[in-house]
Amino acid sequence: MKDFAALYHRIDAATSTRHKSEALQDYVRAAIADPARGASAAWAVYFLAGGKPRQMIATKHLWRLALDETGLPDWLIEESYQNVGDLAEMLALLLPPPEATEDLPLDAWMNGRLLALKGMEDEEKYNSLRDWTRRLPAAERLPLFKLITGALRIGVSQRQVVQALSEATGIEPKTMAQRMMGYTQSGRLLVADDFAALIAAETEQKAEGAASGRPYPFFLAHPLQVAVEDMPAALGPIENWLIEWKYDGIRAQYIHRDGQWWLWSRGEELISASYPDLAALSNFVASGTVLDGELVVVGHDPAAGARERAIDAVDDIRPFASLQQRIGRKVLTPKILKELPVALIAYDLLEQDGTDLRPRPQKERRALLASVVAGAYGTAVGRGQDIPLRLSPALRRPDWASLAALREEARGLGAEGMMLKGLNSAYGVGRRKSGPAAEDLWWKWKLNPMSVDAVLIYAQRGHGRRSGVYSDYTFAVWSGPPEDEKRALVPFAKAYSGLTDEEMRQVDANIRRTTIETFGPVRSVKPTMVFELGFEGIAPSKRHKSGVATRFPRMLRWRQDKPVEEADTLEQLQALLPKEATG
Amino acid sequence: MDLIVANAAGLYCPAGDFTIDPWRPVERAIVTHGHSDHARPGSGVYLCHEDSAPILRHRLGDIRIETLAYGETIERDGVKISLHPAGHVLGSAQVRLEHKNEVWVASGDYKLEADGTCQAFAPLRCDVLITESTFGLPIYKWRPQAELIAEIERWRRANAEEGRASAIGAYPLGKAQRILRWLDPAVGPIVCHGAVEALNDIYRSRGVPLPRTFTTRDRLDRHALSRALVLAPPVALHSSWMRRFGDYSDAFASGWMQVRGNRRRRGVDQGFALSDHADWPGLLQTIEATGARRVFVTHGGVAPLVRYLREKGYDAAAIEADYGDEILEREEAPEDLSAEPTPGDGAP
Repeated sequence: MKDFAALYHRIDAATSTRHKSEALQDYVRAAIADPARGASAAWAVYFLAGGKPRQMIATKHLWRLALDETGLPDWLIEESYQNVGDLAEMLALLLPPPEATEDLPLDAWMNGRLLALKGMEDEEKYNSLRDWTRRLPAAERLPLFKLITGALRIGVSQRQVVQALSEATGIEPKTMAQRMMGYTQSGRLLVADDFAALIAAETEQKAEGAASGRPYPFFLAHPLQVAVEDMPAALGPIENWLIEWKYDGIRAQYIHRDGQWWLWSRGEELISASYPDLAALSNFVASGTVLDGELVVVGHDPAAGARERAIDAVDDIRPFASLQQRIGRKVLTPKILKELPVALIAYDLLEQDGTDLRPRPQKERRALLASVVAGAYGTAVGRGQDIPLRLSPALRRPDWASLAALREEARGLGAEGMMLKGLNSAYGVGRRKSGPAAEDLWWKWKLNPMSVDAVLIYAQRGHGRRSGVYSDYTFAVWSGPPEDEKRALVPFAKAYSGLTDEEMRQVDANIRRTTIETFGPVRSVKPTMVFELGFEGIAPSKRHKSGVATRFPRMLRWRQDKPVEEADTLEQLQALLPKEATG
Repeated sequence: MDLIVANAAGLYCPAGDFTIDPWRPVERAIVTHGHSDHARPGSGVYLCHEDSAPILRHRLGDIRIETLAYGETIERDGVKISLHPAGHVLGSAQVRLEHKNEVWVASGDYKLEADGTCQAFAPLRCDVLITESTFGLPIYKWRPQAELIAEIERWRRANAEEGRASAIGAYPLGKAQRILRWLDPAVGPIVCHGAVEALNDIYRSRGVPLPRTFTTRDRLDRHALSRALVLAPPVALHSSWMRRFGDYSDAFASGWMQVRGNRRRRGVDQGFALSDHADWPGLLQTIEATGARRVFVTHGGVAPLVRYLREKGYDAAAIEADYGDEILEREEAPEDLSAEPTPGDGAP
């Protein structure tokens, strides 16, 4: 833990990417040089790359620890928490100095202690935690509590971790990225062999990728921020592009190898168990196939087989709110599977007959994909069975201007906009920052968000960089038009992004000045500030007082020009609901 | 009637007709120390410690000043006034008032650890205490100065080895000299911003030993600048003034750096939680040592300390200063940059 804590603090203090990379490389090199550190390093890589084990100790135990060990009143601990904005950091600052210290490696903490808590009774868990923290060196407190609370974020990207591992081992970054796929999925118990597998010489590993359910690194899209009239200059002729809808689902890789199948989310979680709907796919696509696509909930029509539907039908995709009802569900009842069936809208073919197709141009992969999907459909129709697979339709328009007109229809299809992919481009790794030409990247061309002008009515202090600052706001719209004397402000969304630091400072000062009441961490404020609030989607909701739930709400603009009386109404907000949803 | 009451100008003593650290012009002011939120212009006559006088003159110009040594007593309309070390910055003082057998102490800003640049704080027995509480939460517990200075030195040496300057944002009065006092001049040249150097001169003239410092007027060569330690007001850290040093690592030295969020908001590489104010244990220890049963709390995290003291059986209340009630705004007031030489002067 000492080495890991030192690395954590070193990265924390470094502001340049170069210094972070140096710190990572030093750590990895030292770990390679000392085989006794393999298991520790296996966990360190897991955390550095963004892995998060399931929460091991309930937050209530940590609060109790703060109370018991400091002897301070609970309100003062709450006040401290509000100022620090982070439970782990607060504990690190509040606890008395350790009685004695012990040096326990990270893997001993993880495998020997924290993961072993699972079977324990509450009281036993708490007592263990208390005894351990009394011997915890001060410098290790912050990373350890962060780790326990599941809030350990280290300021490096997975790409930097891959780069550091690659530099230290001499293994190609592409191979290293492949080895890292799925490394951070939750629920793992890591040992020295896991680190050894990452750093093993390339020859020993050749067949490994193909033999397992390991996915390929996802190729990620960049937002396209170009006006329509500039698109010919920026992107060239429209004929060179594959254009598709940008679906609002879960990006996923479907893998069928050696008679087994796996489904991986973009967050590199293995999600096969949550979507048994896709099990049937392995009956229709050959082994040695990897599809990249979007997981969505589709129309439920028990009578319909594959026959009645075009292979690229996307008109029955249901809104993201339907998919949300499947996400995170532990028990999948037959009723749920029947009412909320999922399908994969395939848009790329990464592997066929066990061969990696990623270096091939998009147009070749697309043609092969179309024949794979068509073949699967043929088989399904022959057997009279339904198939949870669609081909993402290629959209064709003669020029960018008419494509822009078509994009306006995206919302009606439940799509967020369009995807543009160069027909001659290979399938890359991750999100490349700069370098490649426009036609070698994927572009997401999203619709402008929906927006309303809303009033800030509650505020809460933020976390991390914004700890201590009122940065998390609740927004409301009016229940009726201005002439309605009884109208009130109805809260409907929370947002905390979109303001510049300077604006936030001003809003923070206004909040402190106009506070009406304080309930714990929340302040209610006099309605004086209006913001243009943007969101990606809106759905009816029974849980919200306003009757609607918005997706990705954020502040687009502070409307300092607008008096609160002129903010929008609930009726104006509800007018944005999709037609089918309101019916 | 209370010996000190809060009025629109500050902490007012009706019996003696003077105001402690007035934020508006008054006839007679007592100033605890030279920071700009305590020493403000426009008052008729200023009473302060003799070491504070040159600082007040430097900051407020041609003003009428009367001085006292620590422990020396004068009387105003039957109120006995004396100043006592507060350990905050050079010349900083607690104000002790005695009237009709009652003793009141206004602490001003203070810290408990002796820092080597000003006379160390000692608590005063009193009936009523007015204490600051800039860092009035239990998350504020300072590490010893020696540890923090060693950390600064390690950071600076590592930078110098890589040919990179180290720039510390610190208040030109007090914090800068406190760091400077303990730096090893052998590691590399110490370059001070004009606003800092002006205060260094005052400290030296009052007998505080400080190592040799340079300013941009000394025209150090590029090699020297690239290994320098730079002490500048926080606002200068992100200004074009820093350009002459080439690549540098920056840091901020302040008690607020105890919380990572504050450091990240400042956007500096390093935060050193080196404070000239009392930490939570220091506040409690001081209150207890004074023997006061009545305590007024002002400046900073007032409400939690008041509530905590009340729960412990003290007669405690808040005095609101005009700085706003939130701790984040404190100690971040823009500092006086008047001594800044013209931009570009001495640039390599």
